[in-house]
Amino acid sequence: MSSIEIVDNTVSQLSLLLSEKKLSSFEITQAFIDQTNRVDDRVHAFLHLDEKNFLKQAEESDERRKNGKTKGKLDGIPIALKDVISVEGQPLTAASKILENYISPYDATVTRKLKDAGVIIGGRLNLDEFAMGSSTENSAFGPTHNPWNLDCVPGGSSGGSSAAVAAREVPISLGSDTGGSIRQPASLCGVVGMKPTYGMVSRFGLAAFASSLDQIGPFGKTVKDVSLLLEIISGHDPLDSTSFPREVPAYGSLIEDKLEPSVIGLPKEFFGEGMDQEVRDSVDKVIDFYREQGHKIIEVSLPTTELSIPVYYMIATAEASSNLARYDGIRYTSRSKYSENAIDVYAKSRGEGFGEEVKRRCILGAYGLSSGYYDAFYLRAQKTRTLIREDFNRVFDEVDTILTPTSPTPAFKFGEKSDDPISMYLSDIYTISTNLAGLPAISVPCGFTKNRLPIGMQLIGKAFHESELLSIAHAYDREHNFGCESPQLV
Amino acid sequence: MNESETNSMDIDYVSNLARIELTVDEKEKFRGQLGDVLKYFQKLQKVDVEGVEPTAHAFPRYNVWDEDSPKEPYNIDQVMMNAPQSRNNQIVVPKVVED
Amino acid sequence: MKYEAVIGLEVHVQLDTKSKMFTRVPCGFGREPNSLTDCVVLGLPGALPVMNYEAIEKSIKVGLLLGCDIAETCKWDRKNYFYPDMPKNYQISQFDQPICLGGEVEIEMPGETPAVMGKHRNVQLTRIHLEEDVGKLTHYEKDSLVDYNRAGSPLLEIVSEPDLFSPEEVFAYLTSLRNSLVYAGISACDMEKGQLRCDANISVRPEGQQELGTKVELKNLNTISGVKNGVEYEIKRQIRALEKGEEIFQETRRWNPEQKYTTPMRSKEMAHDYRYFPDPDLMPVKINKDWVEKIKKELPEKPFDKQRRFFQEMSLPYSITSALCPDLALCNFFEKANKLANNPQKIANWVVNDLQRELSSKKTDDFQLPIDQSPVSPQNLAELVMLIEKGSISNNVGKELFPEMFSTGKPPSELVKEKGLEVKSDQGEIDSICTQAIEEDQDAAEKFRGGKEGAINALKGRVMKATRGQANPKLVDQTLRRLLS
Repeated sequence: MSSIEIVDNTVSQLSLLLSEKKLSSFEITQAFIDQTNRVDDRVHAFLHLDEKNFLKQAEESDERRKNGKTKGKLDGIPIALKDVISVEGQPLTAASKILENYISPYDATVTRKLKDAGVIIGGRLNLDEFAMGSSTENSAFGPTHNPWNLDCVPGGSSGGSSAAVAAREVPISLGSDTGGSIRQPASLCGVVGMKPTYGMVSRFGLAAFASSLDQIGPFGKTVKDVSLLLEIISGHDPLDSTSFPREVPAYGSLIEDKLEPSVIGLPKEFFGEGMDQEVRDSVDKVIDFYREQGHKIIEVSLPTTELSIPVYYMIATAEASSNLARYDGIRYTSRSKYSENAIDVYAKSRGEGFGEEVKRRCILGAYGLSSGYYDAFYLRAQKTRTLIREDFNRVFDEVDTILTPTSPTPAFKFGEKSDDPISMYLSDIYTISTNLAGLPAISVPCGFTKNRLPIGMQLIGKAFHESELLSIAHAYDREHNFGCESPQLV
Repeated sequence: MNESETNSMDIDYVSNLARIELTVDEKEKFRGQLGDVLKYFQKLQKVDVEGVEPTAHAFPRYNVWDEDSPKEPYNIDQVMMNAPQSRNNQIVVPKVVED
Repeated sequence: MKYEAVIGLEVHVQLDTKSKMFTRVPCGFGREPNSLTDCVVLGLPGALPVMNYEAIEKSIKVGLLLGCDIAETCKWDRKNYFYPDMPKNYQISQFDQPICLGGEVEIEMPGETPAVMGKHRNVQLTRIHLEEDVGKLTHYEKDSLVDYNRAGSPLLEIVSEPDLFSPEEVFAYLTSLRNSLVYAGISACDMEKGQLRCDANISVRPEGQQELGTKVELKNLNTISGVKNGVEYEIKRQIRALEKGEEIFQETRRWNPEQKYTTPMRSKEMAHDYRYFPDPDLMPVKINKDWVEKIKKELPEKPFDKQRRFFQEMSLPYSITSALCPDLALCNFFEKANKLANNPQKIANWVVNDLQRELSSKKTDDFQLPIDQSPVSPQNLAELVMLIEKGSISNNVGKELFPEMFSTGKPPSELVKEKGLEVKSDQGEIDSICTQAIEEDQDAAEKFRGGKEGAINALKGRVMKATRGQANPKLVDQTLRRLLS
């Protein structure tokens, strides 16, 4: 099998090829490295790739396999991580100049879990600086390009993670999702991306943006691949006090079980104005598919939807203003050369080290918490967040799953929204409220525009009901496989 | 709080509070953009949140703790590997003005 | 016009836990710089806090000890401000839901003489909350160095009401608080090691005025007497200022212990906009009644309660109890020995005088030998007291023996045997020694016979000298009287 053929395989297929000894982990890893070298000068999904280290891990995996000591289904499968997830001895820049020279001295819990499962970890993937953005244009190291149209954004903030999978540079990747940062880029790049229930995946080792909203989640070409990866990274972690003590089901095999007819809700607030017609048409076909499969489709209402954006931006920026205070030029971040005293070190290092969006959000967040404004902004946002959660609870009394588009539009052009924060914020309208409610949600590719830009649909599940959510997503994905289509990059 | 109080901000005060030095251009740009954002946020002021408990965690739990048994700390190389400036195994900072 | 000072104290106490408040890195003092850190202490990207159970339990214990209301739930807030000693540039603390509310500290003011008990009063507390400590900055000419060993240690802040009215009360408050905390094993409260730190809010007002004057926060009070001196100075400064018609500014001042005056500190810009908000990385704490009851059962008797018991049950004099009671280990030693000898007065005297003297003679650096390492065990002390009481050895022999018990660790009975120090009680032998004494000092014998009672002592002295103090004094007395009658 040539390297170009290898990279088109799903993880499930690669895993089979490995176990049948038709391919080695070394060959697989080399094939993805080759692909990266072919396309990444145009896509720019990677911020860092240590090929030698990558291949060394692959050799170790092959050695394990030879000795019958394989650690599991994904042993020997390569992965790359969004550059906010710590890997010992690897850089972690969060796509920020302020962390340009930082090397992490420790492994995130997900990293440790991947290593324990024998997954080969190589490379750091691009993002909007500190995961703040919806286009990956806010990376201090240059934007990532959408593999389906290099003039378009890949979405964000995990744009490197979605583009790398779409461009076949890795078969799977990890991103983080605070308001849609996995699902929206997955949708724009035509791959599967999932945000688990808040607390299912440990945040230990994830450079925080908004602690009460952040979750790490998987990207892949198929729901099946994403399920296999989720199975590895999920689970209670005593190092993360917000991690939930729950058993992790075998998602990868559970999703193959026969699906019972269920109730799918369509929130009317999501299907109003602002939605691109081609997106609407594609999602309508998904609705038809589920109806034909015997599921009941009903209209539901989430009246707080329009509040989710101000609530989200208030809470997220407030938490971020505090979370990012540690990047100060003192202990491990770059220090301004122009600072004369300690106060200068802070203001100048942060002024020079942070990009515009990060500065804007930190200032907005500090304002919302500041004396005299806390009650009107932060506290009010937290209370409204309660109303948003209650909305979802009420709807989930009636339905098993909520179906929406992932993003109102397909991938947009560079610069289109970068100077208009509100319109950029609005591109997260369908994804944000699930983070506020802590719910699991997945974006599955569901077609293309006539200009061959991918379209994604979003399924939102009940809290901690990942199995059901993945099963219903898999039911569609297995029949359509849009994520397995390749962009013309080679 | 009335509308004019919640849709403008003293950008000098807040950027100083956040310890972020802004250029004159940035200040000008942010003042406009954040003003628009705050206007957009006015929606929040109209929500009836009387008697509603704030959400700090999506799935609140209590008493998440650990036993008091010490583990191995970092060695000094791990501590200093990213330090911009250090001396005698300590981080050097420009003179702190008063305590 | 007469002025009155009103003082409130904020006392920071480092809890004696093995590991830090939000990570399991060990706590410690005097270690290599930056040797007690990890990603959480350093605030690295991705690090997350996890509560230390022991710190919560110890905080509840303090609350119960001081009669506070224990919160049913308390939560964690971030206090945001930038400072190089604080790795995350926010401190995890408790803002509007502290772990303990109210409470009081019983204080004793000095009596007329050290032998007389002073007045007691309860000082009201506002609240107690738990937070994490910051690192340590050392200032040099051109720059400063940061050591994060202390950062993240559990720190309890005990806030009093403005309910103290003189430097002496401040001193009494800190002393009492420290004794209680040490008793309960909360903290060693060593101010030298920064385990107990104190800021004072001080204002003065004309006597009789209800509302408080402008308050000044006083910092850098590093010893208990430093607190007293600093507060004393600051009160005088404020009164002088008011008398001169000057205004008192609300500010933070620093006590300079060498030069003995206070100076204003440059006010931190916007120091008061801390942007508190609930820490999303931590879950709240729920404290149920069972837990509180369990901890209640483990509470030690408070120092002043113990002192009252010693008065009532054992009729010990104030001077002895005031030497005994501030030190729990000393009290425990005393009670153990007393249980065996059942002679509180004598045992207490030995503990407070002789044992303390020997312990402090073993001083290395500044530390006297801790009592739990005393070579004289409570059993050995009890045995000594009983030997004297039975008349097996004289008190003087006992006094001579004690240092030897201390240096050898041997029980007194063994030493008595080794050295042949048993009291001579053989009647025949005593008879002949007494007869000899009367012969040698006919003068004294005549005087006694003539009715001068005191003259017998001269004869007793001769007998004791002849027996190197080992004659049974009672027997000598009886024998002399018989022979002289």
